[in-house]
Amino acid sequence: MEQALDTTLTVNGQSVTRRIPARMNLVDFLREELGLTGSHVGCEHGVCGACTVRVNGEIVRGCLMLAVQADGCAVETIEGLSDSGELAKLQKAFHEKNALQCGFCTPGMLLAARDLLKRNPKPDREQIRAHISGNYCRCTGYQAIVDAIEEVVAHG
Amino acid sequence: MKAPSFAYAKPRALEEALALLSRAEAKALAGGQSLIPSLNMRLSAPELLVDITGLEALKGIRLEQDVVRIGALATHAEIERSEAVAKHVPLLAEAVQHVAHPAIRNRGTIGGSLALADPAAEYPACALALDATLVVAGTEGRRQVKATEFFKGLFETALRPGELIVAVEFPAQLKDQRTAFAELARRHGDYAIVGLAAFAANGTKRFAFFGAADRAVLARHAAQAKDLEAAKQALAKDLQPPADLYHSPATKLHLARVLLERTWNRLSTPR
Ligand SMILES: Cc1cc2nc3c(=O)[nH]c(=O)nc-3n(C[C@H](O)[C@H](O)[C@H](O)COP(=O)(O)OP(=O)(O)OC[C@H]3O[C@@H](n4cnc5c(N)ncnc54)[C@H](O)[C@@H]3O)c2cc1C
Ligand code: FES
Ligand code: FES
Repeated sequence: MEQALDTTLTVNGQSVTRRIPARMNLVDFLREELGLTGSHVGCEHGVCGACTVRVNGEIVRGCLMLAVQADGCAVETIEGLSDSGELAKLQKAFHEKNALQCGFCTPGMLLAARDLLKRNPKPDREQIRAHISGNYCRCTGYQAIVDAIEEVVAHG
Repeated sequence: MKAPSFAYAKPRALEEALALLSRAEAKALAGGQSLIPSLNMRLSAPELLVDITGLEALKGIRLEQDVVRIGALATHAEIERSEAVAKHVPLLAEAVQHVAHPAIRNRGTIGGSLALADPAAEYPACALALDATLVVAGTEGRRQVKATEFFKGLFETALRPGELIVAVEFPAQLKDQRTAFAELARRHGDYAIVGLAAFAANGTKRFAFFGAADRAVLARHAAQAKDLEAAKQALAKDLQPPADLYHSPATKLHLARVLLERTWNRLSTPR
């Protein structure tokens, strides 16, 4: 029989308690149980980065963490980080530089880019590339994404 | 794909974890950055996952006399930011830059990587080059295993069923010792095509290659060679790399020689 565990976490600042099957990963929980479909599901084995979310301030793969492991954690998603305005400059730059086409990779890219800028407000192009190296984009060819992040570095 | 169903336990004490892990169908879950992909792809189907991330005894990085003791649960990100590692185990500080991507580094652990023993992973080679010692625990008690005795084959180690790695101890680097790390990968953060962790101290050299055999290996003939040319020749006796999807054995051996050359010169330059 499937084991489920009572799990309490905060998601974008709100406390949530649910009984969650042990095998459910965090991104499926956010999407299917909470309706937060901004975090995407691509490869489900850690390669593409589409599922990137923040747990206790650090970016992680939502497909490589069990939802029950988030018990007691603070989880932030693209929805929360958009609403709070934390990503506003990056979002504007992505828009202006055409850094998205289908948009599937964009939430993960924005979280990875924001993570870099929090640690290092003045990264060079190589450092930007290294930091988003774990995020696949099948549309843009990456140049425009790096340009957009550089734009925020240059003009704040 | 989605993981098959399993039971989940998160013990607070090492003894409790070891008791749970002594069951045949149980598996330890650390960072989950290798185990969860294998569950999602249904390559593995344990009945019980024992989440060890709550075990304090497996945490922390600290200098203890002449070794840096790294708890099995230290994440790649913690190793990257550790002052003790940067100062006393510079080889590892260099190597960690090549381990996966930021979001994975925030959860993946050194204990998980050593236990997995992926032939293209960075840490096993560092452990060989620096002659590190693993501290492991089971229901029968603790024991110490030299890195040179630990890696037994493709994803195979000296861990007995139910045993956990508690920590790994790296000798703190002395003034007259030098190390160098080099890796070739298709993309930054990917597993290596070929990589090399190298160590030198008056007269002794150790070259630990990864991505060049079924496990990380010490190139013993090359380490005995008098000069670089002889070492490059001798490497053919140490390595018979298997082909991967993109590279023939000959290409891999060539690339291993390129890395040997790059690190050789750094080992002979004072820090
Ligand atoms: C896209 C991607 C790229 C990656 N690139 C690299 C790379 O370039 N280099 C690299 O080295 N790694 C890479 N990894 C793997 C990553 O480093 C993992 O974190 C690591 O291999 C396993 O550590 P973990 O803590 O996640 O272990 P888990 O996935 O939790 O466990 C892995 C295995 O080790 C066992 N285990 C875990 N901890 C212990 C312990 N303390 N004692 C005994 N057994 C234990 C588990 O039972 C399991 O069998 C990559 C992963 C992904 C998803
Ligand atoms: S869906 Fe998680 S990394 Fe691809
Ligand atoms: S915009 Fe389509 S995947 Fe990046």
